[in-house]
Parts: sequence; C-alpha cells; structure tokens
Amino acid sequence: MYNEEERKPLIEVRGLKKYYPVRGSTISKNRPVTHAVDGVDFEIYEGETLGIVGESGCGKSTIGRQIVALEKPTSGHVLYQGESLSDMATGRLRKIRTQLQMVFQDSTSSLNPRKQVYDILAAPMLYHGIIESNMLDGEINRLLDLVGLPKSMKHRYPHEFSGGQRQRIGIAKALSVKPRLIVCDEPVSALDVSVQAQILNLLKQLQDELKLTYVFIAHGLGAVRYVSSRIAIMYLGRIVEIAATQELFDDPVHPYTQALFDASPLPAPKLRGRQRIVLKGEIPSSVNPPRGCRFHTRCLHAIESCRINDPELLIVKSGSNHKAACPVLLAARGEYNA
Amino acid sequence: MSKSGSSENKKSTFGMVIKRFKKHKLAVVSLYFLSIMTILALLAPIISPYDPNQVSTAFSSPPSLAHWFGTDQIGRDMFSRLLYATRISLFVGFAATVISTVIGVILGLVAGYFGGVVDIIIMRITDTIMSFPYILLVLVAAAIFGPGLWNIILILGFVDWPGAARLVRGNVLSLRETNFVKGNVVAGMPNRYILFSEILPNTIGPVLVYATSVFAISILDEAALSFLGMGVQPPTASLGNILNGAESITILTSKFWLWVPAGVLIILLVVSINFVGDALRDAIDPSAKE
Repeated sequence: MYNEEERKPLIEVRGLKKYYPVRGSTISKNRPVTHAVDGVDFEIYEGETLGIVGESGCGKSTIGRQIVALEKPTSGHVLYQGESLSDMATGRLRKIRTQLQMVFQDSTSSLNPRKQVYDILAAPMLYHGIIESNMLDGEINRLLDLVGLPKSMKHRYPHEFSGGQRQRIGIAKALSVKPRLIVCDEPVSALDVSVQAQILNLLKQLQDELKLTYVFIAHGLGAVRYVSSRIAIMYLGRIVEIAATQELFDDPVHPYTQALFDASPLPAPKLRGRQRIVLKGEIPSSVNPPRGCRFHTRCLHAIESCRINDPELLIVKSGSNHKAACPVLLAARGEYNA
Repeated sequence: MSKSGSSENKKSTFGMVIKRFKKHKLAVVSLYFLSIMTILALLAPIISPYDPNQVSTAFSSPPSLAHWFGTDQIGRDMFSRLLYATRISLFVGFAATVISTVIGVILGLVAGYFGGVVDIIIMRITDTIMSFPYILLVLVAAAIFGPGLWNIILILGFVDWPGAARLVRGNVLSLRETNFVKGNVVAGMPNRYILFSEILPNTIGPVLVYATSVFAISILDEAALSFLGMGVQPPTASLGNILNGAESITILTSKFWLWVPAGVLIILLVVSINFVGDALRDAIDPSAKE
C-alpha cells in the first residue's frame, strides 16, 4: 500500500520510557515506579494512521501524551521532524505543538462546561494569530461544517450536545490550529456503536481532505483495523508487534497478538483452522514487570530463554516492515535464526 | 445576530441558577432582608433623623416618637447610630471578605496549578496560619497594629484567606487533570489563559459560596473585636461597639433598647447571609437539574 522507505517519518519515537511514581510512597528513597512505557521505538510517517492497540494499562495512552508533549519522558525522545520535543525551548514548543493535536476519549470533560462552542474554538486561533478577528465568524462556521455540525449551534454550551456531537466539537477544536498530526486517544470508545461509525468515517474523511496523520489509540480491534494503515500491538509498556494492517491480520506472529485476535469476534479466515488461544491469568503488575520477555508468564510457547532474554523487535520477513518481538516463534518459522 | 444568540443562552444558564435559588424560600426572604439593610446602610446619611454622634439632652431615654430606638447614655439617637453601625459592619465584613478571597484565590490557583515547591511553600504558610487559634491571632494582631476601622479590615482579610486558598487549590488540582485543560495545553495556550480563562471560571461557584460564609464570620469577628474594644473605635458606631455599652448589669436588665436592636441585627444579618450561601451552593451546582 505504501512504500515506507521513500517517506520521511513525521515523528520518531526513540527509546521512550515513562515511569510514574507509585502514590503514597514518597518517603522511601527507592520508591516504586509504574513502568507505563518501558522502551519503545517506532516511526510515524506523514499521511498514515498508526493504530496502537493493547489492554488497559499497557501504556498506549501514555505514548499518546508523550507525542503531544503533555508529559516529559523519563528517558528517550519523541522527535518531531528530527527535533526532540522534550529538549525544545518553551516558546518554540508552544508554536510547534499546535501541529500536534489530541482528541480525547471523554468528550464531556474535554470541553470547558462554562464556555460556548464559539469561545472554545475561537481562543486558540486568536492566540496563535491563525485567523484575523474579522474572519473569525466565517472560520468557525467552516470548522463546524467540516465536522458536520450546523453553524447555528455555535452559541450553545457543551452540555447541550450529545456525546457524538461533543466529540465532533473536540475534533473541530483540534483542527482549528491547523495540525499535521492528531493523536486520537480512544475517541470512540465512549460512544454508541452507531455513532462510533460516524465519527470514524468523519476522521477518515478529514484525513483525506486535510492530509492529516493520525495516531489512533484503542483497545478494540474493530475500530483500529478500520482506520489504521499500520498497527502496533502493545503489552506491558512494550510494542510486541508492528506491521501494516493487512499484513498483521493475515499473519500475526507474536503469541499475544494471536491471542488478542482470537479474543475478538472479527472474521479472520486464516486463523480458523487453528486452535483458539485463550490467555490465562492476569496481566502482571507494571510496577514489577516480569524479567525477560514480559509476556512469558502467560505465553504458551515460552521456553527457558524467554525468562532471561529481553526480546527485541525483529523483522518477520525480509523486505517487509513487519516486526515482532518473539524470537521463539520466528525461529520456529525458520525465517529467523536465533 | 451572533450577539443576540449568545446573550439568550447566557440568560438561560443564569435563569436556571435563579430558578433553583428561588426554591429556597428562606434564602429569598433573607436576600430581600439583606438588600433592604444594604440600601438603608448606604442611604444612612440621608435617612437618619439625627447625626449619629450628636449629643442631645435626653440621656438613656426609652424609645419615643422623637427617638424611635431611644437614646444612649450620652444622649445620642440610637436609630441613627444603628443605621451607621450597620453601614460600618457590612463594610468591614464585605471589605475583609474581598481581601481574603482575592488573596486566597490567587494563592490557591498558583499553588494548585504550578505544584512542586511553590505549592509546598504556599500550603505550609496556609497550614501555619490555620494552626493558630483564630480569635487569638486576630486579637494579637489588633493589639500590635492598634484598633481602628482599616486595621480591622486588613487583619480580618489577611487572617481569613487560608480556607479559600485550600478550597481553590483542591479545585485546581482536579481541574488541571481535565481534558479541556490538557486540550488547551496541547493547543499551546499560555498559562495565564489556562489559569484565568479556563480554570478560574470553574472555581467561581464554590468560591462564591465560601465567600458568603467568610462574610458572615467577618461581621461576627468585627462585632467581637469592637465589643472587646479592639475593633472600630468610638465615636464611630459599629454593631459591636454598641453592644460594648451593654456591659453593665443595669443596662442589660432595664435598658433593653441599648443592646437588643444591635444584637438582633447581628443575628439577622449573619443568619440571612448563611441562608443565602446555602441556597447559592445548591443553585450553582452544575450537576443539579432544573
């Protein structure tokens, strides 16, 4: 579909780690930390939609927050066009960050309840000088039209809208500062199924019209598969597999990816012959993640070396960008010589 | 066109608050009472039949047609003095509330939003002030700086802010985590915009409710200090120093007009302010319907 070699990455994530101190333990010196994101590397190319999938607590939203510079990484970097966001001066970051926007999951709390839609949309545009004040009215009408809301609604307050409409306003707000990349943090998981489809279609349509790049974070495969051109699967703060959407669904390599696909009711003809993998046990604590491969505690294929060696992302097939962090299964396929 | 739509909607939100406020009958009555007292206090120079400090020949005379509330020991008209006393007491309460609320809101906003060392310093100062016995602190401050109208206002204003600061800080801490604040950070909006245009309007409600209780407490404190002679100094009349005249047992037992009206007035003012505050709390609660 895309030839990744020719495109320059818009965002490069390098060795990103984000630890949060565990609450209520401020006194001891070696206070425990949650390893929310524990060393991930990937690129986001211009114009693509990178889906990030994983169960709650795997660090996918944390990655989203690092990409829009809401938080500083514990170590590692997020490079925007080659420049590290965490090393940027405050003034420069303030200008740059309009190009990296975010759409939030909870549309109720993402809009100030005391402000009308008009004011919510107007403030950032005026502050950044994106629009002259005499053109403001027209621009707001245009934005509302873009996200499929009647312009007569601009003087309403957020509580007068439905969840889907509020999410449209959230998208309009993100678009108002002319971004190149939007991080969609579970944008539809709080909405009715019928409304989910509308919002997903809106996002796709906006991407075509405005040449946007998306990072689409979700825990359900359906929505991610529908919008993403590439997908990264996360488990306990690590990316375990990353590939173009079709490649990943045709040929999932990592046992966690396989289990994830088996757990979802998607039609996956290639998997039908095989026995379904049902994961046992709970996801281990991210305060003390397992040594070696993080998945070995629940993995059907785990061997002794999995408890010791921390697996890297390895190319699945030469010539493709499909990577998986499971040397055991790759060796079994004969395509990787461990 | 846009303007009319905007004002219509603002009115409806405001109208909702009024509608909910009106459900509290006592609060509505209290609000009328407070409004009347405020108007009387403001118009005291016009309404009062006598100069409040003018001495007449009738000493401690009981209520009569000439002196509706009688006269005090040195022959001053009690009705005029009560009007002026209300004026002073309301002014002290109001000014002290404004000062303490402004200080509390600013410190609370800064502490909550910036966190870290700034937060620790501000909150430890707050804790320190709150750990002193309140009335003792006020008395000592009054003794150091001397009694007087403006000293009392400043002392009360500088002693009452910790409550407001804590309240605002708590609100800011939770608002800082909301998506609309994060969304504005992501949109590259400056801190002053986020603080004053996004966070502050969402804390105004609780602050307003808190301020009404500070207002009531300030009136009581002024009365207490003036009663003890550390507050507003005679001949200026305040509700507290009128009560000061009732220290002797003969006045308490036989000259009720010298202390009952002032005492009743203090009670009514404080009670009605608290009623209004309670109703306000319910009326501006955004989660309440209708």
